[in-house]
Amino acid sequence: MAEYGTGFGKQMLMIVLSIVLITWFFTAAIKNPKLVPGKMQYLAESGYAFVRNGIGRDIIGEKNFRPWIPLLFATFFFVLLNNLFGAIPFLQLPSFSHAGSAYAMAIIIYGTWIAVGLKNHGIRYFKLAVVPSGVPGWIMPLMIPLEIISNFIVRPLTHSLRLMATMLAGHMIVMLAAAGARHLIVVQDSLAMNGLGVLVIAGSVAMYFLELLIMVLQAFVFALLTAIYVQGAIEADAH
Amino acid sequence: MNSTDFILAASESANPLLPNPWEILVTGVGFAVLLFIVIKVIAPKFEQSYEDRVTAIEGGLEKAEAAQKEAEETLAQYKAQLLEARTEANRIREEARSEGAQILEDLKTKATDEATRISEQAQRQIQAERTAALSSLRTDVGTLATELASKIVDEALKDDARAQRVVDQFLNDLEAQQNAGASN
Repeated sequence: MAEYGTGFGKQMLMIVLSIVLITWFFTAAIKNPKLVPGKMQYLAESGYAFVRNGIGRDIIGEKNFRPWIPLLFATFFFVLLNNLFGAIPFLQLPSFSHAGSAYAMAIIIYGTWIAVGLKNHGIRYFKLAVVPSGVPGWIMPLMIPLEIISNFIVRPLTHSLRLMATMLAGHMIVMLAAAGARHLIVVQDSLAMNGLGVLVIAGSVAMYFLELLIMVLQAFVFALLTAIYVQGAIEADAH
Repeated sequence: MNSTDFILAASESANPLLPNPWEILVTGVGFAVLLFIVIKVIAPKFEQSYEDRVTAIEGGLEKAEAAQKEAEETLAQYKAQLLEARTEANRIREEARSEGAQILEDLKTKATDEATRISEQAQRQIQAERTAALSSLRTDVGTLATELASKIVDEALKDDARAQRVVDQFLNDLEAQQNAGASN
């Protein structure tokens, strides 16, 4: 295994694995679509409909959401599966706890919504994005720099770091609890310390389920923000 | 090296905010591949399946609606037919009743006529018999009177008392004859 932060390693294999798994599951589930779906088709269609209607249609709107379904679908399930890898024994590593992957996703989304804004509004898009309407003129010197920083600098950073930080923190908490419990039970001689180690294991199980919740939630948040950014770029002149 | 030391070493030796370029490359290319597959294969298939289902459900609903409509029409038709049949039955019953009453009336009239006719015939017969009886009686009375007269004349010559007896005798005979006639 490569040293942390360098070279090609386990995390990248997991990225590839997630792509293979998502492709396999969704193509197999919809290979022979039935009118009355089986279990697998139902599960896949529920997932697809959740992204399509729950994120795409609700955020981007009935009129424009159709071309964005694939991007949102791929984003949500790519992030979701890679997060859940952190909860699977032996894999035990959420891919997005490594900053590089989170940055890559954020850059792709960032480029996408800027391109959408330019395509829909031309170069005027940058004015629409940073000059708020309905604000008195004297406050503009303050508002415009703030909007530039908020929309074009902070937004991709928060988009990626939110995901990376929650995954890294969750991963570290579980690892720390496991290592701490091992230390308390195996290394310490006192019976009280050993008992405490058992309590830590019980606590880490609770943490594991909390982590599971956060993994799903963060995948949802990431896809939801993607939809919000795209929607904002499409309808930049509406606010 | 135990795991605690490993984590400590890892946290000291690396800044988690600094990316590994490999990760960016693999994630970026990987996501692009996934997105391509989703656009080309997965999304169209799911949309198609969704469309098919919508069509099938709408078609099914339409079919069900048509069937429902047909059933309602048939029901209305049956109800109308039933009503018609009931009316018909009522009409027939009413007709039969009035016909029966008519027949009864006819029969009564006929019976009355017949009775009248029979009683008239009897009256006529009685009248005829009576007439016959009267004429026969008249003949008898004539004969008897003649006989009596001859007897009276015959006896008167001999005895008044005797004549008186003859007259009494005659009258008694007559009476007896009349009684016998009445009893007949």
